Amino acid sequence: MNLRRMWAIFKARNYEFFRDRAAFGWNFAFPFLVIIGFGIIFEGKEFKQFQVGIFPPGAGVDLLQTTLPPAFQHDRHIIFLPVANREEGEAKLSHHKIDLLVDALSSTHAYWINDSSPNGSLAERVFLASFMAGKNPPEKGVTSGPQIRYIDWLMPGVLAMNMMFSALWGVGYVIVRYRKNGALKRLKATPLTALEYLTAQMLSRIFLLMFTLFVVWIGADLIFHFQVHGSKLLLFCVFFLGGLNLCSIGLILAARGTSEEFTSGILNFISWPMMFLSEVWFSLEGSPHIVQLFAKLFPLTHLLKAARLVMNEAATLADIQVECGILLISTIIFLGIAALLFSWNE
Amino acid sequence: MQPILEIHHLRKRFSHLDAVRDVSFQVQPGICFGLLGPNGAGKTTTMEIVEDIIEATSGEILYNGHRRTATFREEIGIQFQHTSLLNFLTIEETLATFAGLFSTPADTEELSRRCNLDGIKKQRNDKLSGGQTQRLMLALALINQPRLIFLDEPSTGLDPQSRRNLWDIIRQLKEEGRTLILTTHSMEEAEYLCDEIAIMDQGTIIANGSPEELIRQYGGGSSIILPGTINKQQLDGLPFSTLKQNGEIVIHTDEIHQGLSSLMERNIDLRGISIHSANLEDVFLHLTGKKLRE
Repeated sequence: MNLRRMWAIFKARNYEFFRDRAAFGWNFAFPFLVIIGFGIIFEGKEFKQFQVGIFPPGAGVDLLQTTLPPAFQHDRHIIFLPVANREEGEAKLSHHKIDLLVDALSSTHAYWINDSSPNGSLAERVFLASFMAGKNPPEKGVTSGPQIRYIDWLMPGVLAMNMMFSALWGVGYVIVRYRKNGALKRLKATPLTALEYLTAQMLSRIFLLMFTLFVVWIGADLIFHFQVHGSKLLLFCVFFLGGLNLCSIGLILAARGTSEEFTSGILNFISWPMMFLSEVWFSLEGSPHIVQLFAKLFPLTHLLKAARLVMNEAATLADIQVECGILLISTIIFLGIAALLFSWNE
Repeated sequence: MQPILEIHHLRKRFSHLDAVRDVSFQVQPGICFGLLGPNGAGKTTTMEIVEDIIEATSGEILYNGHRRTATFREEIGIQFQHTSLLNFLTIEETLATFAGLFSTPADTEELSRRCNLDGIKKQRNDKLSGGQTQRLMLALALINQPRLIFLDEPSTGLDPQSRRNLWDIIRQLKEEGRTLILTTHSMEEAEYLCDEIAIMDQGTIIANGSPEELIRQYGGGSSIILPGTINKQQLDGLPFSTLKQNGEIVIHTDEIHQGLSSLMERNIDLRGISIHSANLEDVFLHLTGKKLRE
């Protein structure tokens, strides 16, 4: 391995990235916009609120005049949405736009639910329980320890997803394009070896990934003040390891192909299941066991698990050694496969 | 003298095509060796096998009498026919990047001047004209001060001034003792630059020698061309063969002086007359035919 040659390729690739304004901007803008968007949607609210349609509309404005129990009116997990009449409310129920519909002035406390809606069933129980408020309440306990906001849970997911797209496309797609247009052939005519080239590409991308991660984190943190309960250095190392792993997958995909369209299809085929099954957006808790097992095949799952354990639960290196071990070993295997398969020409 | 390159019985078979069939030739150091042939003759495939870019199906290639080793790439320079550059880099950065890949790079400032890139070195690769791109490609082929330089159709797409400039650079390289292997479709270029030529067709070498030897052997001699308006009866009894071709009268003879004297003796109007000396194009067409190739 010749460090001088690797440095030349590393620098050239970085120049390309920083000068390709569209790609450069998108790498920062995409995660930042996602975080900002979710932050605006969920800021100051619980992740889940039941949406209760209420009619006649005036009752929605002045709840004091209604026959609704005060405990229901003041439940912070309930949001009241005025509807014009029962017909409109029932239409919204049937389309799952609201979870429960109540007649605010009904002396019989009339309400309607959509029988096929799990949220409707829960909202109904909250509504019925509110009539019993204050009468022999069961003993209540509140969880101790840090309260994790959705944005704190989401943040590692968005950053990891951005890393995944950037690593797969920035390495895989770009190398295929170079092969197709003959740029790789030009490099083959030099003493540069395949391993030096692949390593330089990977290091360049990981540098850019960590740079992007740092900038997006700082920017988003200024707005949302993320809570990192564990070591920031450890969190950085987890993302670094995850980035290496994702880049090495990109290198395998780039090892042979000359068709950008085909490569793009393969990249989508890999990245979309990873995005949905690796708990980027939502937890797989409660999903079928086979789905959870399948999700463990994806490096992104282990990257996210380790990152969230460090960020949200103050995990130490010992706590995430399994995830880090999986990422490290699979990175070495993927790199070896990529180096074996790599061809400059076809 | 030990040839710098010896190619023995080279073959390359792609799935259903024998692209190179039993090609053998030698290249002496310090010369410009031309590989000519119609499209699809196997020139580029032969070049890329010798350059160690693609593998031969069989055959042997010796560099300075030995099989090529890892140092071969340090000592050769290549200008490919079809290739691409890193788009967002400037000429200066591209040269610096490639200089970083070799152990004994040339001075990039001097190289820029030599290839007339010094005035545009801050320009990005994707903004270059065809001629500027070719000059940069040539500079990249020279970045490691190579002893052996491969140029695959280097003048394609160049305007006459740029072509002349390229030829001057190639001649300077030859004067410096470097060896060049050149493919081209321009017979004028081959005749001007090459000391030795191999003509390929359908994957094999069909003729090999210096341009003068090839012209002598295959050129078909010189000819005097007269306008078709001349009364043909005036030519009766001339000691040369004459034929009417494309509306002109062609007299084949290597004795141009004698031919002209005979025409003047017969008071033939010499206005509109032209003399054609056999050249490489005649050789090329004679050997590869005039039928259009893909």
